[in-house]
Amino acid sequence: MRRRKFLGYAGAVTAAGGLTLFAGWWRVDGPGAPAPSGARPLPLTKMEFKLTDHEGRTVGPETLIGKPTLAFFGFTFCPDVCPTTLSDISGWLDALGEDAERLNVVFITVDPERDTAEIMEDYVAYFHPAIRGWTGPENQIARAAEGFRATYEKVPAENGGYTMNHTASVFLFDAAGDFVSTIDYHEPREFAVPKIRRAMKEETKEAT
Amino acid sequence: MKQMLFSVVAGLTLSLATSAAHAGSDAVVVEDAWARASIGTSRPGAAYMEIRNTGDETVTVTGLVTDLAKMPEIHRTSTDDRGVSSMAPAGEVEIAPEATVALEPGGLHAMLMQLQRPMKEGESFSLTLLFSDGGEVRVEIPIRSISARGPED
Ligand SMILES: [Cu+2]
Repeated sequence: MRRRKFLGYAGAVTAAGGLTLFAGWWRVDGPGAPAPSGARPLPLTKMEFKLTDHEGRTVGPETLIGKPTLAFFGFTFCPDVCPTTLSDISGWLDALGEDAERLNVVFITVDPERDTAEIMEDYVAYFHPAIRGWTGPENQIARAAEGFRATYEKVPAENGGYTMNHTASVFLFDAAGDFVSTIDYHEPREFAVPKIRRAMKEETKEAT
Repeated sequence: MKQMLFSVVAGLTLSLATSAAHAGSDAVVVEDAWARASIGTSRPGAAYMEIRNTGDETVTVTGLVTDLAKMPEIHRTSTDDRGVSSMAPAGEVEIAPEATVALEPGGLHAMLMQLQRPMKEGESFSLTLLFSDGGEVRVEIPIRSISARGPED
């Protein structure tokens, strides 16, 4: 008797799970999928956008040429993935020691509505000092995301607010602005620093 | 439908729980709890912990209560194969006998919405886990830095 009820419950859960999977398919692979998916980011030299960093300076993809770059999309109202990624990046930069100065590290908000330059300044102050926060008008953020082949989407939350779904990978570019690789969110952390070192080596190769 | 079956299961669990000394939510142990400090109160906070069921019955976390936040809720972050992360309420969380459910960065988390006061590093707050058998487990959660990556460095 008790077992049957449990099975009944499990059946309901399975049905709900199936619906969730369907909804996931609809958004990811189905007709609801956004256009650029899994494509390789453009070289920074081919991107075009104009943003403002957390100190009010005008910045764009050209700002990043000359040093290898780590770039990441997120938003400061994100309670889980974004502080975790920024903490991870801070840890990698600590591991790189002085070499961290030879990198550009940018955190680009996907939520410019709430993330003004002042808010970005407050926020990045809690992480490694090499991390720059970039924000700007929504259409410029959209162009940046398009260049990186990143996606983001505003999702209403139950309490009347909203949250953002967004690409959580860290993008690596060499000093010439060519895309090298990504560090994915669920990738083992010990692979990150060697990957960054590899992007930095391409810089040396370029220079010699 | 799900709700109705659920209460039947909960009722049965409750009646069985009275016969065993450590069953149901009495057998739940929470370890390694921590939270990140917040910047003010406008952003949601997050707390993490390991919830271990030492008993021989499945237990179900049905909700959270804390005076720190008006809307505490267990959320799940998931990252799809294109690297896109999203976050949604996890609903009720079942923990099988002898199993541990980890609330950890990038997975499940206690999402603390509508903070009533800022979460300050070095302070702590109490959070109560509600279970389907009517039991409650109260956890004192230390608040670590915004850049903390786990319960300790
Ligand atoms: Cu959440």
